Amino acid sequence: MFGLDSKDSKLLLIVAVLALAAPFILNPFPAGSELAQFNAGYPDLMQRFVIFGIFAIGFNILFGLTGYLSFGHAAFLGVGSYSAVWMFKLLSMNVIPAIILSVIVAGLFSLLIGYVSLRRSGIYFSILTLAFAQMSFNLAYSVLTPITNGETGLQLTLDDPRVLGQTATADGSIPVTNLFGLEMRSTYELVLGAWNFQFNAGYYLSAVIMLASFYMAIRIFRSPFGLMLRAVKTNQTRLNYTGMNSRPYTLAAFVVSGMYAGLAGGLMASMDPLAGAERMQWTASGEVVLMTILGGAGTLLGPVLGAGFIKYFENIFSKINDNVLHGWFAFLPDGMEDLLVTIVHPFVGKGWHLTLGLLFMMVVIFLPGGLIEGGQRLGKLLRRKSAKQDDEDANKSASTAAE
Amino acid sequence: MGILEVKGVGKNFGGLKALSDVNLSVQENTVHAIIGPNGAGKSTLLNCLVGKLIPDTGSVMFNNQSVLGRKPHEINQMGISRVFQTPEIFGDLTVLENVLIPCFAKRDGAFRLHAFEGVRREKELMDKAMQMLEDVNMADKRHMHSASMSRGDKRRLEMAMCLVQEPKLLLLDEPTAGMARADTNNTIDLLKEIKEKRDITMAIIEHDMHVVFSLAERITVLAQGTPLVEDTPENIKGHPKVREAYLGEAH
Ligand SMILES: Nc1ncnc2c1ncn2[C@@H]1O[C@H](COP(=O)(O)OP(=O)(O)O)[C@@H](O)[C@H]1O
Ligand SMILES: [Mg+2]
Repeated sequence: MFGLDSKDSKLLLIVAVLALAAPFILNPFPAGSELAQFNAGYPDLMQRFVIFGIFAIGFNILFGLTGYLSFGHAAFLGVGSYSAVWMFKLLSMNVIPAIILSVIVAGLFSLLIGYVSLRRSGIYFSILTLAFAQMSFNLAYSVLTPITNGETGLQLTLDDPRVLGQTATADGSIPVTNLFGLEMRSTYELVLGAWNFQFNAGYYLSAVIMLASFYMAIRIFRSPFGLMLRAVKTNQTRLNYTGMNSRPYTLAAFVVSGMYAGLAGGLMASMDPLAGAERMQWTASGEVVLMTILGGAGTLLGPVLGAGFIKYFENIFSKINDNVLHGWFAFLPDGMEDLLVTIVHPFVGKGWHLTLGLLFMMVVIFLPGGLIEGGQRLGKLLRRKSAKQDDEDANKSASTAAE
Repeated sequence: MGILEVKGVGKNFGGLKALSDVNLSVQENTVHAIIGPNGAGKSTLLNCLVGKLIPDTGSVMFNNQSVLGRKPHEINQMGISRVFQTPEIFGDLTVLENVLIPCFAKRDGAFRLHAFEGVRREKELMDKAMQMLEDVNMADKRHMHSASMSRGDKRRLEMAMCLVQEPKLLLLDEPTAGMARADTNNTIDLLKEIKEKRDITMAIIEHDMHVVFSLAERITVLAQGTPLVEDTPENIKGHPKVREAYLGEAH
């Protein structure tokens, strides 16, 4: 399918089905039920899943393949968001030109930062990228205020020109982002009994773009270019003595991953047209590192999985407060109930970082290949068990046959 | 004029004179061995030929072109491949992938953004890599994780990676070090076979006299950073200076 072998086609197909059916899959619990707070099928959360998925897929092309750990990729995301918002202010509210500009600007920006940072490798490379990103963040707050609108963040106003669109709608409000007229915020709700499924235009646009990004990543992984990037990671000396210049390869990987970040930033602004400097902060850069490592660096599916995991934790675990806990443990005697709530309390609500941190440590220590490795081990275990079962069955039938 | 002409090369590490006034001429299509005791400067000399080190003095000409100041990948593109003293392979990749990479380097040069082509569909290069693996008897190991192989196999793989590029000059730094006798003999046979099949020049650093005398047509003896003698294997065997310097016999 699309020039992929059958295994990769299957992978792409699975991701496509999961992404397109997400409004169902992420909403398994009926509204109003005790477990409904675990539902994640809301437009803005689903958008975040796939947009951060794109960010992580791109980051993995650099980090997963070449081993160069950038701590500054949020800068490209931020640049992408600013570019998109400027496009909404100056040109029109159509998301396509905005997204295209985000990718181009982020690509140019990453070419510059990559060119300088890649003069070093290892920890020095990481520090250089971090320094560049922090510099961008601080500049966005201060000197670049005319472009970034400083602390307030860049927003749409009623007197933006929008030369190809309209400055304001007929009723005097700011127009909304759209794809050739299809509003990104428009949502179709399907009510089935106690379930309420939401199909949002913005989410589906993001999901389709995520699938295209994922497909591109597969192609890159399987290409000679991808092979060279993996060669850079395993032995740069040998690569150079084999007649390859590793620098342009790493720079190309850096720019490609920067463009992915810009795409994610542009999409973010397309869903909600504002951009702030905090998007470039080092914590945001660190987050994509965590996503990639948690899911499994260097694997195709890992980064998407990691992005989903972290965003789910951030948005769902953080909402579990003591009232909810009391609700869960209400069936227990009062003393027990209070005790359990006290024990669980630090791990949920505002303490979701603790849970995530512990989970991350466990993964790094026990599953260096990330959640993907966990899945693979589980798969192997099950297969071995079923093989054993088969053997036993075969033995049994053999012995009955002998009787 | 030889294919490789080293003239007056000197290299100091701090106060240590690793090489001084080295002259060496390797003739095309010969096997030229460089022998000498540990610390004689053999690896240093090799490093000066491939762009890893830049000599302090002297010149290195390959095919009438200077290699000095060029980067390792540029020197490789000129037609020089190198086997390291400790095998340098792509440990995380499979054996087949290890051999494919030099095939791409040979065809595409130092860089090409072939991000959509698909490695598996490069039929010609795949066949070439497979043929090379068959030549070195490693075809059955093609899907193996290369880091998990024995040291002898890693060396053989590294040699295959160099040979598949059909270099004009192959530099080998102690290719049989750490190999069992049987593996050493296999390597000798392999190198002899390569020599017969292709037009190739080899410069080989070796400790094992058995290997040297089975392969070399010319031998240069290096001691304390300077060439002592250069001659045919027969003459070297009986040379008193060599026995003194290299075999450590005082009289
Ligand atoms: N990079 C280096 N820095 C400092 N000294 C070195 C370096 N490489 C080699 N040497 C020294 O140069 C001398 C020659 O080393 P080498 O060329 O490795 O000898 P050989 O390969 O003949 O055993 C040795 O004394 C060694 O310690
Ligand atoms: Mg040596």
